[in-house]
Amino acid sequence: MPEEIVEIENLKKYFPLKTDFLRNLLSRKETYIRAVDGVTFDVKKGEIFGLVGESGSGKTTIGRLLLRLTDPTDGKILFEGKDISKMSQKDLRPLRRKMQIIFQDPYESLNPRMTVSSIIMEPLTIQGGTRREEMENKVAKALEDVDLIPPEEFLLRFPHELSGGQRQRVGVARALVLNPDFIVADEPVSMLDVSIRAEVVNILVNLLEKYNVSFLFITHDVALARHICNRIAIMYLGKIMEKGPVENVIFEPLHPYTRALISAVPVPDPATKRSDVALKGEIPSPINPPSGCRFHTRCPIAEFPLCKEKEPPLIDHKDGHSAACHLIGKSR
Amino acid sequence: MALLEVQDLRTYYATLRGFVRAVDGVTFKVEKGEALGLAGESGCGKTTIAISLLRILPSGGRIVGGKILFRKEDIVQLSQNDMRKNIRWKGMSIVFQGAMNALNPVFRVGDQIREAILTHEPNIKKKEADERVAKLLELVGLEPSRAKNYPYEFSGGMRQRALIAMALSCNPELLLADEPGTALDVIVAAQVLKLIKELKEKLRLGMILISHDLSIIAETCDTTAIMYAGKIVEYGDVVTIFKEPLHPYTQGLISAFPSIRASKTRMTSIPGSPPDLLNPPHGCRFHERCLYAMDICTENEPEFMDVGKDHYVSCHLIKK
Repeated sequence: MPEEIVEIENLKKYFPLKTDFLRNLLSRKETYIRAVDGVTFDVKKGEIFGLVGESGSGKTTIGRLLLRLTDPTDGKILFEGKDISKMSQKDLRPLRRKMQIIFQDPYESLNPRMTVSSIIMEPLTIQGGTRREEMENKVAKALEDVDLIPPEEFLLRFPHELSGGQRQRVGVARALVLNPDFIVADEPVSMLDVSIRAEVVNILVNLLEKYNVSFLFITHDVALARHICNRIAIMYLGKIMEKGPVENVIFEPLHPYTRALISAVPVPDPATKRSDVALKGEIPSPINPPSGCRFHTRCPIAEFPLCKEKEPPLIDHKDGHSAACHLIGKSR
Repeated sequence: MALLEVQDLRTYYATLRGFVRAVDGVTFKVEKGEALGLAGESGCGKTTIAISLLRILPSGGRIVGGKILFRKEDIVQLSQNDMRKNIRWKGMSIVFQGAMNALNPVFRVGDQIREAILTHEPNIKKKEADERVAKLLELVGLEPSRAKNYPYEFSGGMRQRALIAMALSCNPELLLADEPGTALDVIVAAQVLKLIKELKEKLRLGMILISHDLSIIAETCDTTAIMYAGKIVEYGDVVTIFKEPLHPYTQGLISAFPSIRASKTRMTSIPGSPPDLLNPPHGCRFHERCLYAMDICTENEPEFMDVGKDHYVSCHLIKK
């Protein structure tokens, strides 16, 4: 058995941009939003891999690509060593039992007309092969696993009768009921109140320990990623800028973007004064991303013309800690 | 006397099922050049306090008790007309939550700011107002020429800056900022908060910053009030509250926050969810979720007491 549960290689997803009729006539060239533009990483068995970035950096698109909820433009997705990037939906269905997703917004991802029981049972019904009685047991067990105890009290409730934290736990139970090996958690706590975030996060960590489920954890919150992930990748405009073990990336960041991102995170301690935010402006449009290094337009240490002309490759610097920047190792 | 003193403010919303006691007896003050952070979970009454101060409550909402002393004058007693003429925008103004949607999409940004100026200071000529718009935009770090742009031509951070410029257009003394960082990306949010902090110091503004994010309050504010279910449970200067939180809710809230600098730990949560404000629990409103609740907590409401150095807390565990 390979050590990696999911590997992606040079994954790309371009969304064609709708232009008006006249412009289509005048130029044959189609324009694309390059949401994901050549991303390579792997998720090992039994780890939480964090994907961190600002909005529009392509995090969610990667999560959806991994489960083939959207089809890649180019590149490979290996799930347990098998290439699923071009597999037909029919062949994929049995594999979906092993990979699930938790969506961001628990207020929109649960059907308001279905009871908790039928929401969690739906994946079992779709996959088939389970008797009714057994399905009910599995649903109850999934509810227990997410601390909705006693399960009988929740089975017949509707989503509007639950609090935000409880809803998201139903979302987790739905992903869990098929006993998956791999779960994509797409910003699972960003819509929840701070006081209950930890509840949901701890459930995920427990699942990892109990069932050895691997996670791709998508988040914009670096501080949160720091506390639960084993390894993280920092994304910017559809590319990975830096990846590696979480401690190394947070405490010894190599890439100037990572440094800026970390310095922008507020610290809940009035005594520490944080260093000034070095970055100006906002993330550019992925329609015409900057040439060379995508970050050069905002980079405080960019060297011209090098950074503008040549795209830096993602190079391993030490123990799997890699970064894509021309200037690492040079005097800064 | 402080710029703003709120004493025992109560704001209720009338609904078919009874009164929702959104704000139920809060007391605090804001000095000139001082920032107060209002923190708490959603639904604890933070925003209701802000719109009570400006007296722009939606229908059904009413201030049923307490005083709001702004520049020594109790503005609860003022007529809507007086509020409009003397208080709103000129005295205190607000930066609403959700910069994305707070600007009118069909008017130019500069015209919207100018409208605020001309409405509240009718004696000013259009040209003077335009000059002031240019200055304001510069103050918040935008190119004055961008006044001609429409909101859709602005990014999220720029819209937030434009809203701040608008809020400052009539030289208020008190600025209310409702979740100014939320909905913005980390780096942009940090830029906006830095701007707010600089403006506060430059213009000696009194400020109330509403946020659910304690780390933002820790970095931006001088004092903070931690709210729970319509009440302030702990109030004091920001360093004391973060270093020695006394109320179990404050302690829980602070430890629920992941810090990027701290070592890797399992996060803690506060079990349960906030109470229904139609029928708030007897005694201390937090007792149902409190780890240290005693019998007295279910019966008597703890008083809001001074534990020294302008640090107030309302909890039975704390002895005078």
